[in-house]
Amino acid sequence: MARRLRLPSLGGTPPSAGVSRKADRRLGYALVAPVVILLLAVTGYPLAYNLWNSFHNVILSNPGAPQNFVGLQNYQQLATASEFPAALARTLAFMLVSVVLETIAALGLALMLHRAFRGRGFLRAAVLIPWAVPTVVSALLWTTMFDPRSGFVDYVLGLLHLPGSNTTWLAGEWTAWTAVLVADAWKNVPFIAIILLAGLQLIPGDVYEAARIDGASAWQSFRRMTLPLLRPALMVALIFRTLQAFLVFDIIYIMTGGGPGSTTETLSYLNWQAFLVSTNFGYGGAISISLVVISLIIAGGIVLVMRPKT
Amino acid sequence: MADASVTKPLTTGGRAAVPATGRWRGSRGRRRLLGQVLFYLGVVVVLLIALFPFYWILRTSLENNAEFVQGVGGANGFLPAHLTLSSYIDDFTQLHFLTPLLNSAIVALGTTAVTIVVASLAGYSLARLPIRGGGAILTFVLLAGFFPVLAMVGPLFLLYRDLGLLDNIYPLIITYLVYTLPLSTWLLRNFFAQIPKELEEAALVDGASRLQTLRKVVIPVSIPAVFTAGILSFILAWNDFAFALSFLDSPSKFTAPLAIVVFGQSQFQTFYNRIDAAVVVITIPIAILVLIAQRRIVSGLTAGSLKG
Repeated sequence: MARRLRLPSLGGTPPSAGVSRKADRRLGYALVAPVVILLLAVTGYPLAYNLWNSFHNVILSNPGAPQNFVGLQNYQQLATASEFPAALARTLAFMLVSVVLETIAALGLALMLHRAFRGRGFLRAAVLIPWAVPTVVSALLWTTMFDPRSGFVDYVLGLLHLPGSNTTWLAGEWTAWTAVLVADAWKNVPFIAIILLAGLQLIPGDVYEAARIDGASAWQSFRRMTLPLLRPALMVALIFRTLQAFLVFDIIYIMTGGGPGSTTETLSYLNWQAFLVSTNFGYGGAISISLVVISLIIAGGIVLVMRPKT
Repeated sequence: MADASVTKPLTTGGRAAVPATGRWRGSRGRRRLLGQVLFYLGVVVVLLIALFPFYWILRTSLENNAEFVQGVGGANGFLPAHLTLSSYIDDFTQLHFLTPLLNSAIVALGTTAVTIVVASLAGYSLARLPIRGGGAILTFVLLAGFFPVLAMVGPLFLLYRDLGLLDNIYPLIITYLVYTLPLSTWLLRNFFAQIPKELEEAALVDGASRLQTLRKVVIPVSIPAVFTAGILSFILAWNDFAFALSFLDSPSKFTAPLAIVVFGQSQFQTFYNRIDAAVVVITIPIAILVLIAQRRIVSGLTAGSLKG
């Protein structure tokens, strides 16, 4: 992450006639201040507030109770109540499965879009639309597709006389996860593909030319050159997607509501329930802090593993 | 073209990459033809996966309640039995879908406007002015974009409650900046840094102030980048669900995505025809944006992210 910040011209302009460097610097701080203040207000402030809440007893449904210091009690609740470890395991499993499947699919799509062919612009626009539509759209669209009465999936299974044509997908644990994974992949594969496509376009064509002259097969040149050269793009895509998958909320809330039972409750869903259903902002704060910490660990891990070897 | 087919593996269905065979010499022409056919077959499969679900919701939205209740099969299969706009009419007359649409438009356009101004100023400062700690500020701005949304919901809920700002669409504009500012600031900073300095220096020598130079020289040549940042900001703000769900309470304040989800929850029988009509309506502006600006969206998503 820090690597891509090292860009030219972070310094200033040489002093020009009539404009002093000092005045420029003061203006510079003034211009950058709004972005910093606004982002601190929506991220730094919640982080600090969550931290404070997580050590206190803050339950809105109990308005008379004093918001006293409770030490690590909220964090102990994370470990002892079985819902948190279960949701953590579920969330990490979803993250791994969705990111791996989506990245493989996206690589195929990126290679397809990289090739010059008639209609490439149309294909690119067509796959961008699923990415650009709200998650509410992708979630409801796939809820319709998987609906036993009005859905396409059961209808086609029935037409083809295949088993499962009476499946109520969102009513079973594994079938519900399948539907969520499909909806998630449909929306997010295009995003990864666009990032990987940009990476492919940075690879100079003469690298392949040289490999071909040396007798490398297409698979060899893909394995030995395309993949390694794609590493920076892959890292960017993986950081974005892995964190998004780890924090998955909208699609769960809309498609399954965490159900059946609590079998599709993810950490973000649990956090939402703690805040807006139980109105326990101390326990919710503890969940939020763990979301932030685990996100940092995941992002750091990806950077460590994917960093170009030098 | 020949090079491309040698070096890039064929893809099928956008799912798995199947390498093209490396042996070309013998029946080169026939193999190439086969490769082309398989490639275009793959393209068709990808197109179907991307677009067919839209057809399915369009089809469902064109049924009336009675047809919908019968389910798929029989008279209405791949095609609806009759085309009727009754779901759309119900959405706007009985469910008052126009209000959430306007709310969403206000919030998304407001977020876009604030983002453009704030991100342009910051981007210019980070690209051109001699501030200390510019790298650290940029790192913070980018990291903020990864902050867990649900970790913001609790504290901001308490804050807005204390300020009497719950169930109000305007605080959403400030909240949505976390979606839009990191990407826009980064994009604009990178664009400004590429503009030749001579362009500004001429204006500065003529006695224009920095801010005048920004407005009259830098912004006009940066219209493409500003436009890209604006489109992406609009899409990101239009798409929010979690904040609207947490902070809004009365139906007249709902944003469109929230309203559609609530349509589904409020009935014994879920009328997907009505839900899907609303889904079609909120998809249309996004689809149009993507069709007219796909190049900008792609360049905006990737610009800068792969440099350095």
